Amino acid sequence: MSFQTFTFYAFAAILVFAALRVITTRNPVHAALWLVLSFFTAAGIWLLLQAEFLAIALVLVYVGAVMVLFLFVVMMLDVNFDSLRQHFRSFLPVGTAVGMLVLLEMALVIVGSAVGRTVSAPAAPAGSNTQALGMLLYVDYVYPFEIAAVVLLVAIIAAIALTHRKRREMKHQDPSAQVRVRASERVRLVSMPSEKPPV
Amino acid sequence: MPTELNALAALPEIVVLTAAASILLIDLFVPDDRRHVSYWLTQLALLVAVCVTLTTLRLDSVTAYHGLVIDDMLADFLRIACFLAVSLILFYSRSYLVARGMFRGEVFVLMLFALLGMQVMITGNNLLTLYLGLELMSLSLYALVASRRDDARSTEAAMKYFVLGALASGMLLYGMSMIYGTTGSLDLGRVAHAIFARQGSPALLTLGLVFVVAGLAFKLAVVPFHMWVPDVYEGAPTPITVLIGTAPKIAAFAMALRLLSTGLQGASFDWQGMLIVLSVLSMVLGNLIAISQTNIKRMLAYSTIANMGYMLLGLLTANRYGYSAAMFYVVTYALTSLASFGVVMLLSRHGFESDRLDDFKGLNQRSPWWAFIMLLVMFSLAGLPPTVGFYAKFMVIEAAVSDGFVWLAVIAVMTSLIGAFYYLRIVKLMYFDEPVETLPIVVRGDTQLVLSVNGLLLLLLGILPQQLIGLCAIALTQSNFP
Repeated sequence: MSFQTFTFYAFAAILVFAALRVITTRNPVHAALWLVLSFFTAAGIWLLLQAEFLAIALVLVYVGAVMVLFLFVVMMLDVNFDSLRQHFRSFLPVGTAVGMLVLLEMALVIVGSAVGRTVSAPAAPAGSNTQALGMLLYVDYVYPFEIAAVVLLVAIIAAIALTHRKRREMKHQDPSAQVRVRASERVRLVSMPSEKPPV
Repeated sequence: MPTELNALAALPEIVVLTAAASILLIDLFVPDDRRHVSYWLTQLALLVAVCVTLTTLRLDSVTAYHGLVIDDMLADFLRIACFLAVSLILFYSRSYLVARGMFRGEVFVLMLFALLGMQVMITGNNLLTLYLGLELMSLSLYALVASRRDDARSTEAAMKYFVLGALASGMLLYGMSMIYGTTGSLDLGRVAHAIFARQGSPALLTLGLVFVVAGLAFKLAVVPFHMWVPDVYEGAPTPITVLIGTAPKIAAFAMALRLLSTGLQGASFDWQGMLIVLSVLSMVLGNLIAISQTNIKRMLAYSTIANMGYMLLGLLTANRYGYSAAMFYVVTYALTSLASFGVVMLLSRHGFESDRLDDFKGLNQRSPWWAFIMLLVMFSLAGLPPTVGFYAKFMVIEAAVSDGFVWLAVIAVMTSLIGAFYYLRIVKLMYFDEPVETLPIVVRGDTQLVLSVNGLLLLLLGILPQQLIGLCAIALTQSNFP
């Protein structure tokens, strides 16, 4: 067994184990951390395939940004996962039956048609990996790339339109009114008759 | 992959995207009491888009952006239909939106983005572009359904739509990945070529096809993927209901045509069987369940399900004649559906939705003209001459018969007889019952004009359908459909 094969199996074993832990652990924070581990090992496997740009992007974007954000959300929202699991048992038999049926059907088709196929070796691009990806994204597939950008824009607009609301009952400051205030409006001089001295 | 860019072919898309982004920015500087500026800018954008599509109209088909986009007569025709549909929706819904505090820039912008998604679906020549267009459209529609945030029914409808829509997108994507896996290409032309050359595993292709058809069926709202339709139709604000019920159906039809005919014509024997099941179930269940509805939006939801079943009759023949009948059906159905919801919105006012059947009682006494327009709509939906709905049903049934599906035609005629009951019930309520509601109907002048033209078009196209039928046939012939 070459070192490369050994590394692949090591990464793959950790990846499968971590992925299993993501869905079996009870604590959502632990689940998020297991997911981070599975992303790391997936990045390792990509490095083995000489896709260094994708590997680095996965670590930077998913581990660095998405998962950290996710951890914050999990910690801040304090979702009660036990109440979510309440109906788990009652739906389990039907869900399992349908799931197994679909799995069986697909296994029959895919195993039947994939047996005996050889997987081709990864095609290494002529230039650098990053350059090849750039050519694909910004030249060949520029149209879907732009549409994907529009999808993200719609997500932003929708999120703001649905959550941003002005509550009338909320008390808030108006800085421009505060700045424009004049001394005459601030202090009101009231002349009151002096009280009579007690007799 | 062809190397030419050919950006001109996607000019209508560029126009709509630019307009949506500009209106989004301009709307920030428009004060609340002058929101009609954004409204008219949206209408202007739609007008420009129609003009641009007409000026770049071409008889042959041309691919652009390295083969990812196709611009042909079919695309131009359906794009214009979508532009007009969205424009009519805006005309009809203005008072409704103003009365409910929804007359906001975001609503117009999201509508334009949904429209852009439809255009991308209509012109998609690649699994990737078709999927992205679908997602862009769906995402905008989810947000629009939820746009009345304080309304519990609206939020519930949005949630259901979102969860089921995401599931359907997942299925479609999974099917597409199978097709890619077995044919080795995302390009529809190459997929078709690979299937005809018998490359890859046929079992895997059929499995992918099952998922693709399920995803499409969800978007077309046919049984058994129809569960979301009644709740979403009822819960969504009426302008959004009509938006979901008209233009996206045209886009979904175009997507189904491109996927099944351009890409998977070689597997037509497989998808024909699937479409037959979907079509029969939709026609029967849609019409039967619609009878027991008391809410007109729910009734029209089941009517949509049934009508999409009839439309599939044309699609499942897998020949150009049937496709053109289905295309005629979907376009005229959109026109009829627009008018029906137009009248529903016309009768609603602040704090009153007018979505129960009882709200139509005695409409003739309150306003003979709108009762007449609604009569035309109901006749057209029921498929009675001399309205356009008659020719639409006639053509799909004829297409099915000429392809040898006589039993399907019998079911179609039987179910449309059942359907006539609940459409004519509305006519009975309007003309023979005493009105419950006596308040006068106040409508803006432009809404009156457009809705009247729309209603009369149903009659005009029913008397003189040749032009539109010819246009549908030419569009499909010029676009090289088999």
